[in-house]
Amino acid sequence: MSRALGWLAALALGAGLVMGFGVAPREVIQGNVQRIMYLHVPTVLVAYLAFAVVFLASIAYLWRRDLAADRLAHASAEVGVLFTGLTIAAGAIWGKPTWGTWWTWDARLTSVAILFVMYLGYLLLRGMIEDRDRAARYSAVLGIIAALDVPLVHFSVYWWRTLHQPPSLLKPGPATMPQSIVAALVVNIAAFALLYAYFVAKRVTLLRREEEARA
Amino acid sequence: MTYARRAWIVLWKDVVTERRSKETLNALLFFSLLLLFVFQFTLGGDRERLVLALPGLLWLGFVLSGLVGLGRTFLAERENDCWDGLLLAPGDKSAIYLGKVVGNLALMLVVEAVLLTLFALFFNVDIGRAVPALSLVLLLGTVGFAAVGTLFAAMTAHVRARELLFPVLLLPVEVPVLLASVKATEAALAGEPLSAVAHWLKLLAAADVVYLVAGLLTFDALLEG
Repeated sequence: MSRALGWLAALALGAGLVMGFGVAPREVIQGNVQRIMYLHVPTVLVAYLAFAVVFLASIAYLWRRDLAADRLAHASAEVGVLFTGLTIAAGAIWGKPTWGTWWTWDARLTSVAILFVMYLGYLLLRGMIEDRDRAARYSAVLGIIAALDVPLVHFSVYWWRTLHQPPSLLKPGPATMPQSIVAALVVNIAAFALLYAYFVAKRVTLLRREEEARA
Repeated sequence: MTYARRAWIVLWKDVVTERRSKETLNALLFFSLLLLFVFQFTLGGDRERLVLALPGLLWLGFVLSGLVGLGRTFLAERENDCWDGLLLAPGDKSAIYLGKVVGNLALMLVVEAVLLTLFALFFNVDIGRAVPALSLVLLLGTVGFAAVGTLFAAMTAHVRARELLFPVLLLPVEVPVLLASVKATEAALAGEPLSAVAHWLKLLAAADVVYLVAGLLTFDALLEG
């Protein structure tokens, strides 16, 4: 199952590369730098998906006390942190030539950075607890609090300051981007979602085997 | 025993222990006085600059003393092996959480009031007219801190490197509360009406409700030890 998922993800990533570099046109104003978007946007969307999965799996664990839900939360948080890191790195590489700076305390940069440290703390907490059930319970509580914090962080940081261009894909009204760019973006989003699913499936299996080896 | 009564007993127990030992409050007040010195030494004697940075410095002081104070919430239970006593308490365990939150809230508000007075005194700022508005902001902001702080204190009580992990977990989560509190404090100190920062106050209130409800619902899972 997970092997098929892996091949599918690899195939989709290949298609994403072809779409991003071959099919999508060179952006008129930003030039080739704009193509970083095909990495930047999918990773951030999938990271949000990953943290949503952590939230749901945490609730499921506290409710049913099923360690499978905890393993899912653990794996999803790890991949989410990885993807958030990729988002920040890709954004910085794009920001240097476009905005003239690697980093700025703009609203959306800040909220993603906060998300990053919050879930890094989540993984840190997991690593510090030896007892299996306790690790699961505590991380579930933190996973819920962190997810509930996301909208609060979003609004507070948005009011605090904003500079980032508004989202160009997920907004009401007619599309402002050429069809081929939208298509390249959608293919890449699908590819990264598949990659996420593959990583999580692998990690969940690994976590289960680690527990079995220890038992 | 009613829910409120059980929460009250937890609160009262902590108040009595604190009144007799005066451990936390005395040390915390001393700590906040030292913070004042540190701010003065690190930012230099330029009064203008200090006054400009006052809202941020105030909350920096509250956060730092809050981290020290809140982290100790369950210290007595852990050190004296009374955790099982909490576990054996009858009824809904979230009453314990509520009692601890109110205790922490009271502790932090006392420290904040003293710190605010010290700031006004040492940096020669007239805060008299801002006090009613400031009180509301302080209360809303501190509830947010105490609600999550108490929860995370219970969480880190049983974890290695708890002194380190507690701030590392708490600070990122408190970012919205911190931003909103500093902005609202800024407005209050500048003498602006609170209606100018109504959106920040609403955010604070929303955060307080979210954190408290989440704390009440999940505390049981932490208390199991």
